[in-house]
Amino acid sequence: MRRSLAALAAATAAALLAVAGCSSGSDSASATTKADKPTLVLYNAQHEDVGKAWADGFTKATGIKVDVRNGSDFEMANQIVAEGKASPADVFITENSPAMSLLSSKSLFAPVDAATKAQVPARYASSAGDWVGVAARSTVYAYHTGAPMPKSILDLAKPEWKGKFGISPSGADFQAIVSAVYAVEGDAAATTWLKGIKTNGKIYRGNTAILQAVNAGQVQGGVIYHYYWFNDQADGGKNSNNTKLEYFGHQDPGAFVSVSGGGVLKSSKHQAEAQQFLAYMSGKTGQEMLSAGTAMEYSVGNNVPANPKLTPLDQLDSPNVDLNTLNGPKVISEMQQVGLL
Amino acid sequence: MISRVAAAGTVRYPPLRLALAAVVGLLSLVPLGYVVASVASAGSGIGDLLWRPRVGVLLVHTVLVVGLGSAGSVLVGGAAAYLVERTGLPGRRVWTAVLAAPLAVPAFVISFGWSSWQPGFAGLLPCVLVSTLAYYPLVFLPVAAALRGLDPAVEEAARALGDGPVRTFFRTVVPRLRPAAIGGALLVALHLLAEFGAIQQLRYDTFTTAIYDQYQSTFDGSGASALAGVLVLLCLLVLGGEAGLAGRRRTARIGGGAARVKTARTNRFRYAAPLPLTVIVVASLGVPAGVVVWWLVTSTSTAFPAALLARTAGSTVLLSAAGAAITTALALPVAWLVERRRGLAPKLIERAGYVGNSLPGIVVALALITIAIRYVPSLYQSTAMLLAAYSVLFLPLAVVSLRASLRHIPPELDDVARSLGLRPAGVLWRVTVPLVARGAGAGAALVFLAVMTELTATLLLAPIGTNTLATQFWSYSSELHYGAAAPFALLMIVLAAPATLLLTRRA
Repeated sequence: MRRSLAALAAATAAALLAVAGCSSGSDSASATTKADKPTLVLYNAQHEDVGKAWADGFTKATGIKVDVRNGSDFEMANQIVAEGKASPADVFITENSPAMSLLSSKSLFAPVDAATKAQVPARYASSAGDWVGVAARSTVYAYHTGAPMPKSILDLAKPEWKGKFGISPSGADFQAIVSAVYAVEGDAAATTWLKGIKTNGKIYRGNTAILQAVNAGQVQGGVIYHYYWFNDQADGGKNSNNTKLEYFGHQDPGAFVSVSGGGVLKSSKHQAEAQQFLAYMSGKTGQEMLSAGTAMEYSVGNNVPANPKLTPLDQLDSPNVDLNTLNGPKVISEMQQVGLL
Repeated sequence: MISRVAAAGTVRYPPLRLALAAVVGLLSLVPLGYVVASVASAGSGIGDLLWRPRVGVLLVHTVLVVGLGSAGSVLVGGAAAYLVERTGLPGRRVWTAVLAAPLAVPAFVISFGWSSWQPGFAGLLPCVLVSTLAYYPLVFLPVAAALRGLDPAVEEAARALGDGPVRTFFRTVVPRLRPAAIGGALLVALHLLAEFGAIQQLRYDTFTTAIYDQYQSTFDGSGASALAGVLVLLCLLVLGGEAGLAGRRRTARIGGGAARVKTARTNRFRYAAPLPLTVIVVASLGVPAGVVVWWLVTSTSTAFPAALLARTAGSTVLLSAAGAAITTALALPVAWLVERRRGLAPKLIERAGYVGNSLPGIVVALALITIAIRYVPSLYQSTAMLLAAYSVLFLPLAVVSLRASLRHIPPELDDVARSLGLRPAGVLWRVTVPLVARGAGAGAALVFLAVMTELTATLLLAPIGTNTLATQFWSYSSELHYGAAAPFALLMIVLAAPATLLLTRRA
């Protein structure tokens, strides 16, 4: 009994020490490491592998370490708001711009270096100059081969589409698409549309789940982003071989191109390094990781053409939307009222 | 013994133990306090977030999953217990261990098995099926134990007085199993109220999954806390329901006489019994294990990530061990006080612990995040806070085990040690602690298991860069990277199996 107690105590002590070691290790790392190169903290709402690729590439190029915390767009944006000045985040990247405009509206971003701004076309950056695009994705309608397609995303609210298509309303992607409908069509028309979508749409979790269901014929079509389809095709097409994509075009709100943004937090204590990281992601090397890699998201940097497998951005005929006017919190509350959240 | 009862009448609490226990009790009440405070502070605005159709839908969904899932667990767990204990089926011990084994498999792994195999497997009935398969052991174990301990004299009396076997069973056996079955069913109900992973995978929204969606869309917004308020109310209803459901019917009798345990008699189900039992085991263990292995073997998209697996397994085991150690240490003063002293204070502290444990991980995590951000920013995103959440969630597991072993230690030993000159703290450390080591070990093992498969609180609270097997599995499987998720599920089962086996053998 005595011995087992001693063993228990020893194991406890060891475990505690080890955990303390882990956490203090990362704590001291987030302050300053030996060769007075700080470690940056990236709040990454982009796909884990995309954020990680940029972080690892940046560390390789500069020797500056990057700790990554993963989450989703609005979770992390609201988290940064709640953390205020105490936020450990230095750099924030998202999948969609509404979370960026939320922080921009609260003046939580530092202005982006002029040289970095010059790397990205103005239509893919904040009009307030406090964040820039780092990637982009196009809204598409994926449909089971042979199934009918809507002409416009607005059609999906009509009664004849009831139960025919899937959406993923809990994800920031669909929320960004809804915000584009609000921006293009105005509040009244958009809310009516949203009610129709609530009535007609089948609810899935995540774009991959929608694509899988469309491919299996459980639902005729679904609203997703293009790269889920291209990724699956590159992976053998298990979830997409029976599907095709429709780009709405014609400046339809359903042709919305959503921009993933990156910004430096005003509260960051490592402004210079954080700006350097943002410049890296939106610069040639960072953008070529998108266009040459397997992510299938659009690169947005000047002079870095998109992955050749994709339809070029300028042929998509997407609607003109001032990204910084996309109002995330309003869309969320409308979706709560309609019952999609 | 008699003198002891008299002495206990004059209540004296050792101040240090009382203070420690009180702190632990208060910690357990933090989440409840957060919900009450945020509902109160939101005032009239909360009305808009509560009185909307969506909340009605969630309420119906939650009640259906919890009600049908608990009922299913009682049916499956009760039937399995009967078949194992009363039919004289060969290999009783092996069957008991195998039927308890789903306790080692998190519900979200069972649902992963079914839904990644059959993508159309989603909605209410699949939710009820998976809930039943994952949680029936919580009914099976206590009912089987109760069946084993029943005095057969009552049945014999009923038979002798002219009741047939079926009538005898329902009139004498079933009523005496009621407390065990109801206790188990309530545990299932509490687990289902908190269940996140399995239900989200099966695309059926309940309050817990909706709170997570709200959290993802608004962080600590009032939408999440409004829903959390309703969920907490449901939990308290279930807790209160225990008293109502257990009923007042007396099943005890005066004078044990020479109680015998019914020797396993064979009946006509003896050789038929393995068939339904096999169906249960295949559905709850065979399908998930088979599908996980199938994904491992056939997956082409990812190479086997040995380094990541090892790293994640390491941090999972460390976190679980630390969580188990801290929770057990915090449970000691509580257990001691509850077992050795009467009065209001111990009772309140113990109840506080149960309230904390019955709240879903997502509510506990939301509460700790909000409080840390507002009042103790240095604790925010720290391992310490994650461990605090584990303690709040799993404290009763350790308290129950410690109390069971404290009960077997005569309090006179404390008095003897005192009379030989030890100070109270010395008594605790040199007499009590060594004697409860076994109970502490069992409690720690339970907490270890619970932490290892915890998903919701860990998702929200894990410090930057910390991943557990459960969160890593979750992140892959929600992107439908089944092949990448599979090794993490397998490792979770492998690591949990020994502790589960130990615990069921004890039971």
